[in-house]
Order: sequence, then C-alpha cells, then structure tokens
Amino acid sequence: MATETHGEAEAGLVFHPMDQFQVTPLFGAGPVEWFTITNATLWMGLSILVIFIILVLGARGRALVPTRSQSIAELAYGFIYKMVEDVTGKDGVAYFPYIMTLFMFIVVANFLGLLPMAFTTTSHIAVTAVMAMAVFLAVTVLGFVKNGFGFLSVFWISSAPLVLRPILALIEVISYFVRPVSHSIRLAGNMMAGHAVIKVFAAFAPLVLISTGIGLVVTPLSILAITAIYALEVLVSFIQAYVFAILTCVYLRDALHPHH
Amino acid sequence: MTGDIVQMGAYIGAGLACTGMGGAAVGVGHVVGNFISGALRNPSAAGGQTATMFIGIAFAEALGIFSFLVALLLMFAV
Repeated sequence: MATETHGEAEAGLVFHPMDQFQVTPLFGAGPVEWFTITNATLWMGLSILVIFIILVLGARGRALVPTRSQSIAELAYGFIYKMVEDVTGKDGVAYFPYIMTLFMFIVVANFLGLLPMAFTTTSHIAVTAVMAMAVFLAVTVLGFVKNGFGFLSVFWISSAPLVLRPILALIEVISYFVRPVSHSIRLAGNMMAGHAVIKVFAAFAPLVLISTGIGLVVTPLSILAITAIYALEVLVSFIQAYVFAILTCVYLRDALHPHH
Repeated sequence: MTGDIVQMGAYIGAGLACTGMGGAAVGVGHVVGNFISGALRNPSAAGGQTATMFIGIAFAEALGIFSFLVALLLMFAV
C-alpha cells in the first residue's frame, strides 16, 4: 500500500497528488472514528452553509420582482423543477425536494472543492455511494409501493421478440443492480480525477525555481495547463451534478411508470 | 535505478490502464457528433434533446473515468 505518511528515505515518487483526498481530523491528531470532526465534516458543513445563504437568505425578501440574489435562487429552483417535470412527468414532481437537495448539495460541494486548499467531499466514494445507495433504495421501495409486483415489468421488455425476453430480463436485472455502482463511481471518479490532474500539473509548475533552463519553458506551460484544466473542472462540476440529478429522475420515472 | 518489481508492475499497469480513455473519447465524440448532425437538420427539435445528449455523454464518459481511476490508484495508491 502507498505510504499514508511519507517517510524520509523513499524510493519512489516525490510528489503526492493523492494527498489532497486524505481525511484528517480537524482537532488533534488521532484515529479517525465515526464521530471525529474531520476536514470532510467541515467542508460538508460549509456546503450546507453556502446552500442556506444562496437559497434561504437569497430569497428571503420574496419580492414579486426578484432582486439579484432572489433571481439566482429562483433560477436554480426553476432549472431543476423544469428538469424534474420534463423527465419524471407530473406525478414525479412530488419528489422534487429530494432531487433539489441532491443537486444543490453536489453542485455546491463540487464548486467549493475548486477553491485552493479545499477538500472535495464528493470525491470520496463514501459520500457518493451513500447518496447513490439512498437513491437506489428509495426508487426500488417506491416502485414496489406504487406498482406492487407490477414493478417487475420494468425488466420485461415487451417491445422485444418473445424468444429474447428472458435473456433481456436477465441483462436488465444485472444492469439494474449495477446502477448504484455506476451512479456513485461516476461522480467520485470525475471529481477525484479532475483534482488529481490539477495537482499533477501543479507539481511541474515550480520547476523554474529548481532549474532555470528547462523551467522557463515548463513553468508557463504548466500554469496554462492548470488554468485550462481548472476551467474544464468548473464545467465538469456542474455537469456531473446535473447528470446525477437527471439520472435520479430517470430511475424515478422507471419506478413510477415501469411499463416500457 | 531503485524500486522493486511490485512498483514497476504498478506503474506499467497504470500506463496500460490509460488506453481505456481512448475508447471513452471516441464514445463521447460519437454521441456529440450524432447530436450535432441531427441538430443541424432539425434545429427547432434540438433544444429539447440537449438533456438526452448530456446523459449520453455522462454514460460514455463514466467508463473512461473508471479506467483513469484505476490508473491513478495504481500510480499513487499501490
């Protein structure tokens, strides 16, 4: 296993771009138990604070003609409301608060992780797997509650030839259970990969301080690369939050209307 | 040179895992290319399908990200 703390005599890499993903206790240096206040706790709390400021404090005036901050809150609300209504239909709108919570938490956590020296909570499988598992369990339970055993018709593709339907049903069952896996790894992998790439380019940036010859070429190029990847990461943060929310809506639609 | 065989194997594996990202790039380009060719034929219907395009991009991209994740884990966490 890679060294958790980096020792003196190490025959290997000299820069460690994956260190930024370590969960460390905030107060004191002890083992990380389930009740320890860690940097993950801090950044999740900050995400909730930012969401509170944007949505609650922003729209507190409740003016008919919105102010700028109210406009931002209304834009976010309307964007997700329209998406939920388009994908899940009229009866899916009852689950809008859940989708809005998921989307706002993920997008704010992703954006906060882009600040320098910040910790991206959604880059950990622990965080995204809980969200994906919650979506999977909620959608499955909802499917059985709303449709009884008719929910199992989501695996029976009636538009396929009869001979193919058993094989397709098996494939559909397998892909149904793979859903939370891909749902969680997509978000965690995107966030971890993006931030690790920024860190790897950042390792080349101070080269001008070590060797002025090649450093004068490598340092400006690496700073340009960091800027470009940073812009891509801003886009990816938003897109991944949107994709998480819209896939939740698609799974919800499958649960509410399982007939293909 | 220093290091051991296990580390060498990890680094070679990391380099091999990066080939998965080529498939992801082709897949994403395929999705977006089809979307653009359809959108240029029927621009008024294109707006409603951008959401579908993004879902398609996410699915195609996800597998490339999985392979990149394997490469990162082999490089820095083994």
